Amino acid sequence: MAKQRLVIIGNGMAPGRMLEHLFEENHAAFDVTIFNAEPRVNYDRIMLSPVLSGEKSFEDIIIHDDAWYAQHNITLHKGAKVAKIDRTAKTVTSENGITAPYDKLVIATGSDPFIIPCPGHDLDGVLPYRDLDDTDAMTAAAKQGGNAVVIGGGLLGLEAAAGLNTLGMDVTVLHLMPTLMERQLDSAAGYLLEKELESRGIDIRCKSNTKQIIGEDGQVTGVELEDGTLIKCDIVVMAVGIRPNVALAKDTGLEVNRGIVTTNGMQTSDANIYSIGECAEVGGMVYGLVAPLYQMAAVAAKHLCGPTDALFQHSETPTKLKVTGCDLYSVGDFAEGDDREDIVLRDANMGTYKRVIIQDNKVIGAVLYGAVEDGGWYNEMLKSGEDISDMRDTLIFGQAYQGGGELDPLAMVAGMSDDAEICGCNGITKGMITSKITSMGLTSLADVRAHTKASASCGSCTGLVENVMAITLGDAFKLPEVEGMCGCTPHDHGTVRRLIKSQGLKSIPAVMQELEWNTPEGCSKCRPALNYYLVADWPGEYQDDQQSRFINERVHANIQKDGTYSVVPRMFGGLTTPDELRAIADVADKFEIPTVKVTGGQRIDLLGVKKDDLIPVWDDLNKAGMISGAAYAKGLRTVKTCVGTDWCRFGTQDSTGLGVRLEKLLWGSWSPAKLKLAVSGCPRNCAESTCKDIGIICVDSGYEIHYGGAAGLHIQGTTKLGNVETEEEVLEYCAAMTQYYRETGYYLERIYKWADRLGYDHIKSVIYDDPVARKDYYERFLHSQKFAQVDPWAERVKGAEAHEFTPMADLTPREAAE
Amino acid sequence: MNIQNTQWVTIGALNDIPRQGARRVIAGPKTIAIFRTTQDEVYALEDKCPFKDGPLSEGIVHGKTVSCPITNWVISLETGAAQGADQGQTQVFPIKLEGQTIQLGL
Ligand SMILES: Cc1cc2nc3c(=O)[nH]c(=O)nc-3n(C[C@H](O)[C@H](O)[C@H](O)COP(=O)(O)OP(=O)(O)OC[C@H]3O[C@@H](n4cnc5c(N)ncnc54)[C@H](O)[C@@H]3O)c2cc1C
Ligand code: FES
Repeated sequence: MAKQRLVIIGNGMAPGRMLEHLFEENHAAFDVTIFNAEPRVNYDRIMLSPVLSGEKSFEDIIIHDDAWYAQHNITLHKGAKVAKIDRTAKTVTSENGITAPYDKLVIATGSDPFIIPCPGHDLDGVLPYRDLDDTDAMTAAAKQGGNAVVIGGGLLGLEAAAGLNTLGMDVTVLHLMPTLMERQLDSAAGYLLEKELESRGIDIRCKSNTKQIIGEDGQVTGVELEDGTLIKCDIVVMAVGIRPNVALAKDTGLEVNRGIVTTNGMQTSDANIYSIGECAEVGGMVYGLVAPLYQMAAVAAKHLCGPTDALFQHSETPTKLKVTGCDLYSVGDFAEGDDREDIVLRDANMGTYKRVIIQDNKVIGAVLYGAVEDGGWYNEMLKSGEDISDMRDTLIFGQAYQGGGELDPLAMVAGMSDDAEICGCNGITKGMITSKITSMGLTSLADVRAHTKASASCGSCTGLVENVMAITLGDAFKLPEVEGMCGCTPHDHGTVRRLIKSQGLKSIPAVMQELEWNTPEGCSKCRPALNYYLVADWPGEYQDDQQSRFINERVHANIQKDGTYSVVPRMFGGLTTPDELRAIADVADKFEIPTVKVTGGQRIDLLGVKKDDLIPVWDDLNKAGMISGAAYAKGLRTVKTCVGTDWCRFGTQDSTGLGVRLEKLLWGSWSPAKLKLAVSGCPRNCAESTCKDIGIICVDSGYEIHYGGAAGLHIQGTTKLGNVETEEEVLEYCAAMTQYYRETGYYLERIYKWADRLGYDHIKSVIYDDPVARKDYYERFLHSQKFAQVDPWAERVKGAEAHEFTPMADLTPREAAE
Repeated sequence: MNIQNTQWVTIGALNDIPRQGARRVIAGPKTIAIFRTTQDEVYALEDKCPFKDGPLSEGIVHGKTVSCPITNWVISLETGAAQGADQGQTQVFPIKLEGQTIQLGL
């Protein structure tokens, strides 16, 4: 049978999930074409707030990358908004003129943010909060600092407000109702939330009605309220609600009410057209959280594959707010009524509030603030409709309290029934996770996520999922490697690096304060890392903190086993001169240096120099024209070369000359870990380029650039970045790659590990395929070098950091000293 | 240590030591590390980590502790005791700070 043509309008979270189900059911049945108004792949829209605050990058929240579409032979038209559906011809046509015929069509156009049509709503700087472009626009605005007004104190508005506040803007939230998030929270919880946000410096104004937005030269400058109050601001974020995006469906004559009307099988009034996601109306309801949308996706996938009795069923979805430090959970019905009972537990000291709403001895709703561990348990009772008379007295204390158990999260999860929901977003129960773990032999969180989807959307259930794994696997379960930088912070290196940039943190105390370090001054793991990140991110602005460097980098020499030091002068490209060699020999004689050795990096190591002699040794070497070789540094070490065309019969290019140029360009730069290069004059590879961090191999037509080699404890050959024709290009590509590594590497992460983590294809796409990005990195590298190319020896000979090199006092009695 | 026999020797000024840093004082066969914290407290320990003899004066100072540059053991500046699970003790010397002047008790 010929393949059916399936066309999808919209590439959001709902259709993305539908395709996954479809390929599981029947991989070969469809030729899939997607039109997406957004110019990008399918990503986790829920996680835009962590992207806004800088805790995650866009790459982190991609659900399906380009490779996934290629692998499934899906044609994805990015940035192609469908303008017309022709139901007679069975085609859709996009604004940019692409027409595609369909056998089955799925409309998944999501929602449009609602914009209050008040005067000034179309000024520049008035933003909705819906997609990555909006998020980027907010981030860009926040870089200028200033004031932001967020209109709307619901889930979206508060996430935007918290994000902008983190980015350093002064934020005011205007909310029409008397308390925040009134649709999900009762007034008591709303009050606690308001207090928490105000304590962070967000100005919350409830019962505020916007009259107009004021601007100058088309740019927003303030907001005026009905009562005449004027609030100055540089941006306005409107987050007052969403409207199902039904325009296309309406134009083509489908039945439309609030949303596109569908059957419980997700079929519209045209049998060949389905609709899922926020644009669909099923059973008279439209939805705005992913859990029901994912259910629609599963049902639609089944119906596309053939007759089935799968039907969409309404269920309550709990709400959580993804603002770090504001834990709240709300589910079901919490309106007051004569036939209802409330059980309330408040703890003013802890700032927590719990309320469970009961009708006919059944839980019908719960609102939790500050202590949300039991949310899932209440939701389970709400769904099952279980009679709670027996535990009525202790219900509010939570699950752990039943049977007087300890407050042990593992015991709590162990006590859950198989039907208990663990992941609300994806509707995954404990039983579904345990059976997948057992049947497929899953052992890592990543695998469980990939095969069950549990914790793959908003991520707030990750801890629960890990506990289910721990119970199921026992000792076989290893918690994912603690990714925090060290015991001082739960943040991993990547998060810290992003937040340093996004929040503009420019000193170690600022990082520790803003990212809530749990030690006053860090430790010997995080301080050197932070110092490097700040040096790399704020060249010329950040003052290198010597006290946060390891001793070798503080004294610019390698401390040896016996407390003496080794001194290695730089020899660019491994070239030296008789004069330099004579000066080195003189120094060795004069200071009675016991060992002189040729290093693997083609230079000379003076071993056994006493600490008090370091400065005079450097002084003598400086006078002979030599500078520090940085043999101690997490930074550029050496560029090793072979002799090339000048002397070698096989040489294809001037490898020595190129090595010298490279080292002159790169010396002095700090990097996450040490950086070693080599240039070989021909593919015989005498300089061993193919096991270096960056290696160049000269060929007749120019130069091959390689990177990601290792030849230490771990041995790994390089991967080729690509070919270039001129020396200038070699310099630009290598410096750009170095800069990319400097900006994104984790402290102590060598290039090969960095490349394994980021992906070689990705690095190539940035440094080799994208000339604009490459130029940017290259220029940032050159800028940073202006501050880095200072010889530390010369500085210290002149008196810098003198305290490092001499004792403070010598109390040795005269006699004893003689 | 017997306080009565303590000899106080002036070793230098507070500003001779960088904050979160250390200097050495040579006292015959012993080297003593003098630390200055962010809060300008001054402490003295023998310049020798109890584990592998690493020079503590070359470690990274954080709070009232220093990490050994060789082993990363964390040593208390106040008591000389290894922190956490590690067991060990470095000799502590008394310090008097009068204005800027640092005196070391031997
Ligand atoms: C900041 C933020 C935080 C959120 N937090 C949560 C949360 O914590 N929990 C939760 O459950 N939900 C949350 N949501 C809601 C959730 O993201 C949405 O419910 C879900 O993404 C909707 O999926 P969808 O596929 O229906 O539509 P969307 O993901 O909106 O996708 C629709 C896509 O269709 C495209 N499109 C529209 N018209 C056309 C056309 N004519 N032609 C081609 N393409 C078109 C749009 O550009 C868009 O890319 C949040 C949403 C936001 C914005
Ligand atoms: S609850 Fe959101 S991912 Fe599990």
